[in-house]
Amino acid sequence: MERIHLGAIDYTLLIIYFVVVLGIGWALRRFVKSSDDFFLSGRSIPAWIAGLAFISANLGAQEVIGMAASGAKYGIMTSHFYWVGAMPAMVFVGLFMMPFYYGSRARSVPEYLKLRFDEKTRGLNAITFAIMTVFSSGISMYALAKLLELVLGWSFHASIILTGVIVLVYIFLGGLTSAIYNEVLQFFLIVLGFLPLVLLGLKDIGGWEGLTAKLRIVATNAGFEPGAWTHSWQYTGAPTHNPMGIEWFGLIMGLGFAMSFGYWCTDFLVVQRAMAAGSMTAARRTPLIAAWPKMFMPLLVILPGMLAIGMHATQGGFLPVGSDGHPNYNLAIPMLLAHYLPTGLLGLGLTALMASFMSGMAGNVTAFNTVWTYDIYQTYIRPGQTDRHYLRVGHIATVVGILASVVAAYAATRFNNINDILQLVFSFVNGPLFATFLLGMFWKRTTSHAAFYGLLIGTVAAAIHYGVTLPRDAVPGIKGGFLGAVAHVYPSEMALNFWTAIVAWTSCFLSTLVISLFTKRTKTDDELRGLVYSLTPRQSDAAMAWYKRPVTLGVLILIVSAILNVIFW
Amino acid sequence: MSLDLRLPIGLLFSLFGVILVVYGLVSDTAIYAQSLGINVNLWWGLVLLAFGLTMLFFGLKASRTRT
Repeated sequence: MERIHLGAIDYTLLIIYFVVVLGIGWALRRFVKSSDDFFLSGRSIPAWIAGLAFISANLGAQEVIGMAASGAKYGIMTSHFYWVGAMPAMVFVGLFMMPFYYGSRARSVPEYLKLRFDEKTRGLNAITFAIMTVFSSGISMYALAKLLELVLGWSFHASIILTGVIVLVYIFLGGLTSAIYNEVLQFFLIVLGFLPLVLLGLKDIGGWEGLTAKLRIVATNAGFEPGAWTHSWQYTGAPTHNPMGIEWFGLIMGLGFAMSFGYWCTDFLVVQRAMAAGSMTAARRTPLIAAWPKMFMPLLVILPGMLAIGMHATQGGFLPVGSDGHPNYNLAIPMLLAHYLPTGLLGLGLTALMASFMSGMAGNVTAFNTVWTYDIYQTYIRPGQTDRHYLRVGHIATVVGILASVVAAYAATRFNNINDILQLVFSFVNGPLFATFLLGMFWKRTTSHAAFYGLLIGTVAAAIHYGVTLPRDAVPGIKGGFLGAVAHVYPSEMALNFWTAIVAWTSCFLSTLVISLFTKRTKTDDELRGLVYSLTPRQSDAAMAWYKRPVTLGVLILIVSAILNVIFW
Repeated sequence: MSLDLRLPIGLLFSLFGVILVVYGLVSDTAIYAQSLGINVNLWWGLVLLAFGLTMLFFGLKASRTRT
């Protein structure tokens, strides 16, 4: 494979970006006086900044490289992660859950669980979450370093150290505020850095018409109907008719409901951004503001993958082919960068790529240090210390979090598609969690024991399901079927992941429900005020102009998403 | 929070814009064969510059009214 050569101008842009990122951390260091400033930005972030950080923190390796890879592998069906998955979930968290997250003054998602249920539920969530964030951050690092090694010839170790140190310094100095500010900067860089790539690619291939024509060849070659790469719903009648290998029911319930609500509504990585908002109204608006750019993200991250595979099919060799005979989907964006961007803009594109990895990593690290410090250290290891002490622990946790990510980066080398492994982890841990929150927030009868054991049962059920099923053409092991006997074979890894999430959610929901009915409530109505829907006064938006009300925003988001679904039906 | 985020964003993109515009003006046009014959450095540099200056404008305006 031919390597990309960077000119002096490209390096200049990259270096300016590093300087500005570190400069933001440096400028913000004066404002970090208490642990609240460090972990929660002193709850002072304006809604638009929190909103952009909300999606940018999620715009890491998984999004940019993984979504482009999926765009190449599955076509426009990948957009379901946005228009069926993220949109309804983001509207739900903004309208229905934020009043409890923000109103309870909990400092983290696990802490909300402690307030609503009990210590053990918090502990279970805090520990699994801490492990998961380090894992995600490590995958982000690994993906970046591997990519830079492949396309630029940079040393894998040097890339890991460079990105690790920069992220470490700016979080260490400015805490969550620094991470959030940089995430917003990174968001603009990603948009403005990748947009020329998409425009040039589209122009070259002959617009949407030209792309459709090429993708017909891709689909036919893979043994599907010619429109399989350019229609998101038309071929979902049966799993064998579309490249994702899933039917509409599994898609809506698995991806649209269990997985997406699990992620957007309960993952502290994103919720933390809204918790840092300056007021209840700002917190509720955070996900609703984030939904708009998120809705159009497929244009920037999925379309490049479709362009790359279209060119690969007709020009041959556009994407390097691996030893397994499949094209390396993860290289869709770097190959397009190299193909279309001359030196200068190439530097911008590369900076955007760097920015995306850093925002994803910083998001994980800030969520990790908060959960570690408040929910693990302050709770189990050394409670009752001064605020100064916990601020110092937060600083140390930032260093430890980065070091642990580095270890995870070296450990994560197995999957062809990074997206699949991340979705898998999310489906074990996040799948059941949303059932716990749903019952906890909207049914006051839900008991603490039920929440804890329900969560445990959901996670175990997910693991068992994953252990006895297998995607087609895979050998039992890390890709499923590790319990020996294979009870069911799914047409694809995606289908297996979606159904694992459905099993996790359903088993957690039912077991929490049943156990609640057989156990005693440990919290009185008074203690649950502000934590449960029926015991909390409604947010009144009557004073706001109708077009500023969160409900109006939410309904608009759903309508536009529905229109997008219809356009790409 | 007394650091207006629009300032560093405006600064970064204005700087990027200026660099790309200047480079677009002085660079050998042969390198634009790969970008379909369009001088993307010049044109996209102008887009970045416009974005950067807009951010700076609103950031500075807000800081002036504050002080």
